[in-house]
Amino acid sequence: MTATAEAGGADGRPAPGPRRRAAALLHRRPRLRLSLLLTAPLAWLVVVYLGALAAIFLTAFWSTDVFTGEVVRQFTLANFQTLVDEPVYRTVALRSLGVAVAVTVIDTAIGFPMALYMAKVAKPKYRPYLMIAILAPLWAAYLVKAYAWRVMLSQGGLLDEVLKPFGLSSPGYGLPATVLVLSYLWLPYMILPVYTGLERLPDSLLDASGDLGARPVRTFRSVVLPLVYPSLVAGSIFTFSLSLGDYITVKIVGGRSQLLGNVVYDNIGAANNLPFAAAVATIPVVVMLGYLAAARRTGALREL
Amino acid sequence: MFSVMPASAVRIRDLRKTFGSVEAVAGVDLDIGDGEFFSMLGPSGSGKTTVLRLIAGFERPTGGTIELGGRDVTGLAPFDRDVNTVFQDYALFPHLDVLRNVEYGLKVRRVPKGKRRERALAALHSVRLDGMEARRPGELSGGQRQRVALARALVNEPKVLLLDEPLGALDLKLREEMQVELKSIQRRAGITFVFVTHDQEEALTLSDRVAVLDRGRIQQVGTPAEVYERPATEFVAGFVGTSNRIGDVCVRPEKIHVHTEGGPQGGQGGGEGLTGTGDREALGTVAEVVYAGAVTRFVIDLESGDRVVALQQNLRTSSMDVLGHRGARVRISWHETHEFHVSGTGPAPAPAS
Ligand SMILES: Nc1ncnc2c1ncn2[C@@H]1O[C@H](COP(=O)(O)OP(=O)(O)O)[C@@H](O)[C@H]1O
Ligand SMILES: [Mg+2]
Repeated sequence: MTATAEAGGADGRPAPGPRRRAAALLHRRPRLRLSLLLTAPLAWLVVVYLGALAAIFLTAFWSTDVFTGEVVRQFTLANFQTLVDEPVYRTVALRSLGVAVAVTVIDTAIGFPMALYMAKVAKPKYRPYLMIAILAPLWAAYLVKAYAWRVMLSQGGLLDEVLKPFGLSSPGYGLPATVLVLSYLWLPYMILPVYTGLERLPDSLLDASGDLGARPVRTFRSVVLPLVYPSLVAGSIFTFSLSLGDYITVKIVGGRSQLLGNVVYDNIGAANNLPFAAAVATIPVVVMLGYLAAARRTGALREL
Repeated sequence: MFSVMPASAVRIRDLRKTFGSVEAVAGVDLDIGDGEFFSMLGPSGSGKTTVLRLIAGFERPTGGTIELGGRDVTGLAPFDRDVNTVFQDYALFPHLDVLRNVEYGLKVRRVPKGKRRERALAALHSVRLDGMEARRPGELSGGQRQRVALARALVNEPKVLLLDEPLGALDLKLREEMQVELKSIQRRAGITFVFVTHDQEEALTLSDRVAVLDRGRIQQVGTPAEVYERPATEFVAGFVGTSNRIGDVCVRPEKIHVHTEGGPQGGQGGGEGLTGTGDREALGTVAEVVYAGAVTRFVIDLESGDRVVALQQNLRTSSMDVLGHRGARVRISWHETHEFHVSGTGPAPAPAS
């Protein structure tokens, strides 16, 4: 790629071939270069990802023939009507939202101090090992971890043994267990962005705050928190959306509790009502869009 | 320890700090007077920043004591010490605008809002940043950030202001401007400045007294003239300006007159061969001559084998004249009052002034 291609004719050299001319053109037009480079991945994103979303959304306005089980491709608001009218779906939706919020709060409460320790307290030479310790659980299969928790939570299981001296027992299977296991599963997704944000925070800012008379709590509130807030929001987007869409953990340790994911799953499988499943699936999508819109205001999306 | 002297602003005794096996500060004693402009001068890695951080309280000393205004603060946290720091990288809060940055210290100390604003605006005015209150640090130039950092520290009216190479990141012109400004601010406010720099010219220009550091030890403390004219060790002689060894004495480059065939270079019109009492001279060959605007720099190989550098003011000469001197035989002269002797090498533990 040379700019001399343009001047080629003028100083008597042979006229540049088409390949050189194309290269020169790309060199002069960075926009063109960029769009050529991005076309393929963008096409993939639009067709496969957004296309699938659009398909779901479209399907949600169809219905299923009760007798034949065939999808009837005719516009109807019946699915959404059912969602609003049947109290059970409102309960499930609110329960899912509650689980996602609880998981996010717990992961923030546990993840933030851990990230703070890793980024600002631990000696730099230990940081890679701590990072590996945080990441290691991600290398194990999701199902393995969920079933491990099922075993630990079982009656007379590990959790019962450990808690017995304190007069406590395992929460058993149910919503608390679901929240517990989801918090465990998604914790690294909270720690990583917060750690990155904290590591980018210069130590001299903390020194400066102390120098100006601020005690540690004040420094935390006035300097650390505002500056890593976008990272916190970024982490919460992960924990929140991953919890909102989950249906496996709740199946394994949730007892008889149902979340939105289960409703979708059951309607695809047993009930064979794809349009209704699609309507249910739009709920987390809408919630997440609202969440992302709020997060955008904080500049958190730049942290992703 | 009982002292009959008036309490100094900063008093340091046998201060030590080691990081692992690195002895960053290796026994420093200092007395810095009230309202003094005190500089710590030394090469990179000599421990200047560490001494400053120890005074501010960001580091705990391995040994020794620090007193501020007669009060032992060795064990106190930074927020309990009446000092403020201008950081090398300025350390401005990026999420706060200029006004809020400057107000930060007052807000933390619960100064009422009206009073706070008034003082912050006055501080910004004193560093000539009126009208910049609403900007974020990211929207300022290096020189402006430097001033905000200064205002943010000064607004708290500390007894001692610590400055860690505050002008290091500025270009030459701005740096010279800021030097003048720093000095006048310091005089007006009457605050003790402890100023860290590796730039000997800056230290000599600004300071009432200078401490020269090397490898965690103070080599010499004195007025700029003392440090420059009578360096106590070879290290000081070499670090603070250039020193020429001629036989067993040393002479500064600008104290040497070069007598060329066309007459003496430099200001004095003394003719050749005129030698008064105390005048010394030597013969040599010009190895290199560099025209540097205001001065001409001669590098001369003496017959004795020493190589000396001499600086001559370009009073009447221009580049055309000087460049022809390369290779010429010349006589150089200096006065014995400008000779100094330095003790051998090695970091001699320097006495506190
Ligand atoms: N936090 C630290 N950890 C380890 N070594 C340090 C630390 N701070 C300073 N040092 C070492 O102490 C010595 C003095 O450093 P410093 O005070 O920054 O010097 P200066 O400011 O004069 O350049 C250097 O050798 C430096 O590597
Ligand atoms: Mg330094």
